[in-house]
Amino acid sequence: MATSTNPRWRTIDIIIASVIAVASGVVFWAWNYVWSATEGAFAFFPPAQTVLYGLWLLPAVLGGLIIRKPGAALYTETVAAVVSALLGAQWGALVIPQGLVQGLGAELAFAALRYRSYRLPVSILAGALTGISAALFDFFVWNSEYALGSYRIPYALITVASSAVIAGVGAWALTRALAGTGALDRFPAGRERAAI
Amino acid sequence: MTVGGAAPLGRRNPVAKLCAALVFSAAMVATLDPVAPAVAIVIELAVLPLFGVRYRTLARRAWPLLASALGVVLTVVLFAADRGGATLLHAGPLHVTTGVLTTALGLALRMLAVALPGVLVFATTDPTDLADALVQNVKASPRFAIGALAAFRLVPLLTQEWQMLSMARRARGVDAGRNPVARLRLFASTAFALLVGAIRRGSRLATAMDARGFDAGLPRTVARRQRFGTADAALVVGAAALAGAALTVSILLGTFRPLLG
Amino acid sequence: MGTVELRGFGWRHAGRRAWAVRGIDLRIESGERVLLLGPSGAGKSTLLAALAGLLAEDSGEQEGTVEIDGLDPRGKARERVGIVFQDPESQLVMARAGDDVAFGLENRGVPAEDIWSRVDEALRRVGFPYGRDRPTAALSGGEQQRLALAGALALRPSLLLLDEPTANLDPAGAALVRTAVRDAVTGDTTLVLVEHRVAEALPLVDRVVLLEAGGGIRADGPPAAVFAAHGDALAAAGVWVPGHTVPPRRARTAPGEPLVTAERLGLAPRLAPTDLRVRAGEALAVRGPNGAGKSTLALLLGGLLRPGTGRVVAGAGLLGPDAPRGPADLGAPHRWRAPVLARRIGSVFQDPEHQFVTATVFDELALGPRRTGRPEPVVRSTVDELLGRLRLERLAAANPYTLSGGEARRLSVATALATAPRLLVLDEPTFGQDRRTWVELVELLAGLRDDGHGVVAVTHDPDFVAALADRSTTLAPVGAP
Repeated sequence: MATSTNPRWRTIDIIIASVIAVASGVVFWAWNYVWSATEGAFAFFPPAQTVLYGLWLLPAVLGGLIIRKPGAALYTETVAAVVSALLGAQWGALVIPQGLVQGLGAELAFAALRYRSYRLPVSILAGALTGISAALFDFFVWNSEYALGSYRIPYALITVASSAVIAGVGAWALTRALAGTGALDRFPAGRERAAI
Repeated sequence: MTVGGAAPLGRRNPVAKLCAALVFSAAMVATLDPVAPAVAIVIELAVLPLFGVRYRTLARRAWPLLASALGVVLTVVLFAADRGGATLLHAGPLHVTTGVLTTALGLALRMLAVALPGVLVFATTDPTDLADALVQNVKASPRFAIGALAAFRLVPLLTQEWQMLSMARRARGVDAGRNPVARLRLFASTAFALLVGAIRRGSRLATAMDARGFDAGLPRTVARRQRFGTADAALVVGAAALAGAALTVSILLGTFRPLLG
Repeated sequence: MGTVELRGFGWRHAGRRAWAVRGIDLRIESGERVLLLGPSGAGKSTLLAALAGLLAEDSGEQEGTVEIDGLDPRGKARERVGIVFQDPESQLVMARAGDDVAFGLENRGVPAEDIWSRVDEALRRVGFPYGRDRPTAALSGGEQQRLALAGALALRPSLLLLDEPTANLDPAGAALVRTAVRDAVTGDTTLVLVEHRVAEALPLVDRVVLLEAGGGIRADGPPAAVFAAHGDALAAAGVWVPGHTVPPRRARTAPGEPLVTAERLGLAPRLAPTDLRVRAGEALAVRGPNGAGKSTLALLLGGLLRPGTGRVVAGAGLLGPDAPRGPADLGAPHRWRAPVLARRIGSVFQDPEHQFVTATVFDELALGPRRTGRPEPVVRSTVDELLGRLRLERLAAANPYTLSGGEARRLSVATALATAPRLLVLDEPTFGQDRRTWVELVELLAGLRDDGHGVVAVTHDPDFVAALADRSTTLAPVGAP
């Protein structure tokens, strides 16, 4: 379980966090392109999309797991939100605060473990906390006018569950798969595999 | 791709434009009635020419918002918490009252009013200028701003790469047809390949940037100056004032419904 | 200024068992022009990275010493070194050309009032054809590399390192970059160049240093002497030694039935309407300048893009054992289901990594046969045969992304062959390959052609055309008369 001892970000840390964010933004664009065009009802119906909410929160956990420095989760999620807004122009300038709030949950999870632990349980915790922060933002800002019992609470619970699974477990599995390709050789996550 | 270079508001400092958009959007989030956002949208459409943006350009960039607005209306109709007022339609789960319609209109308009300033800013702001302004006017870390900017340059390359990856998979005999699980797997496989390629490219980019002294630790000089002057401050203040005016109209008409409280 | 001294230098990257480079004793004086040669894997890029101070202490293990003007390259000496890498797109930082050159100057703290004059000077020195505001995304590969060179030169380095700067370029772009290097590098700048295509690089250098694969320096001296003494060994190791040409492999029998015919095939704005035909037992080369639509044509022939005008007609010989269901099945490869397409036409992309789908080499090779419905024992024997034929046996369990350039190229061709298509469409198969892989590819493709397959290769490489192609067609740029 290798960790980074120096909290200062190297150039490669900054660039790769930004690249993860940018690539995530492109994946979200492709997702809308592929799914919304064909699955009309799915795109139309916000509650159905909630099951996949975790996908939009994945950059936060992934950034944290790969970069392993303070601020990684927050930075990656915020930049990903901005890029996806630029590619889709959906939520305008508010994506910046929203992205910050979403990234904050994961950031708190890694911070609570003092940026030293990055195993699966921590990843799930980061996913769950980021889901909670995203759900809270939506609960108060976007969903305030909907019924508490039939919408707001299920929405929040599904968001957290989706995030724990897709963002938490998903980012952990993704990091291991990426390490296997050798792409993360300059990061702690990449050193955890056997020498080739 | 960015427009409005000569227009009086379009050429303002990028950070000023961003702050103005944030202030305006935040104010509009704060209310749930249809009146304030309607006034706000009128204001936003009116200032469009001052930003040098044509209405056609706006329509092109903003039409996905209309789809989202429809989604909001549908969700409100099905899940509204407050179904006060006269009932207009009651058929199974669809219980539409005047209260529901007002709420739906308010939320949909709010969404548009919140999103439009951002669309304006993104359409009229060059990313390099924004990065420069963040560094020079807001004292953001140059390494992060330029780093993000360098990665952002890869966006068109990555979208092209997505097309290539999809074609390559088809050439390998991998396609998904109608089966949703298969389509999901294909999507995930393509997304993974995109991510690997992007990270490797990013690693080479980071090396090249270091080779040109990016991590030298010396204080950076700036080649392109970004000034924040009185006109820029006036833009931010003006945005706040106009947002306040929209809210005031709603308060005076008695339709104001604050988000909190 | 710009002197290089290596004593017993070696480097091992973290996470690797083998040393990337080892046992290097080398001294380069100020103003010398050195060509660094060696087989793939000999550590040339690592050596350049070490000279540029880019091997961070925590990213590996060092043996011996390396000094620039007596200083550690990771420290103050970094300011004296400029480096240009192989891939243009991963070197350019900013969206506008002038801003990109200014990037390095900003990093070094050059006063703002001096920056733009130095930018203009650097752009002029490399013969950059556009102004400062030119978007970097709109540049061709050769223009991007010249811009990267300008970025390095603007910092006035005493030591200039070029790591295969023309490997990813077409011949025209490569020539322009070499001209820019020749004209822009002044007398007292030390130059170290890594380049596969030796003949073209020779006018730029006065000394050749040959690295040994296992470690150490095999030869060091004037070009003529080194090639005379080591020419054959070099050619065998993959270096393009002047005077060691490859004998052509032309078809010995007449071509068979047509496999695919393009009738007025075009896709605006990338490809003008084109006619061509590929027969069984024939290798066709498609040539043309940048912008003529060669890659687009390859994608159209491969059934991966829908034609804008005209059509692609598949010949009966292409359709194989599963008989066509009707006349509609003969045309339109772009409408075929992917498993059907893979059985008939194999496409090999310019970048092998675009086509990797699984986590091991074995699974990559097995994917095609499995997807096209072969029983597992057949899959296994197909994979074993291909592993042997393309010398990939020891890599069967490796992740495809960890393969070297040549190995990845071999794997991408092997995966296209795994479904036994009769037609093979390749986009720039020899791009960036050293001589050894190049020769293997020619042998492999010639063998397939002699077995009755059809081969279409889109290529910039005149040697490849001379060695393999039975016929050649040249595309004109869209809009040209």
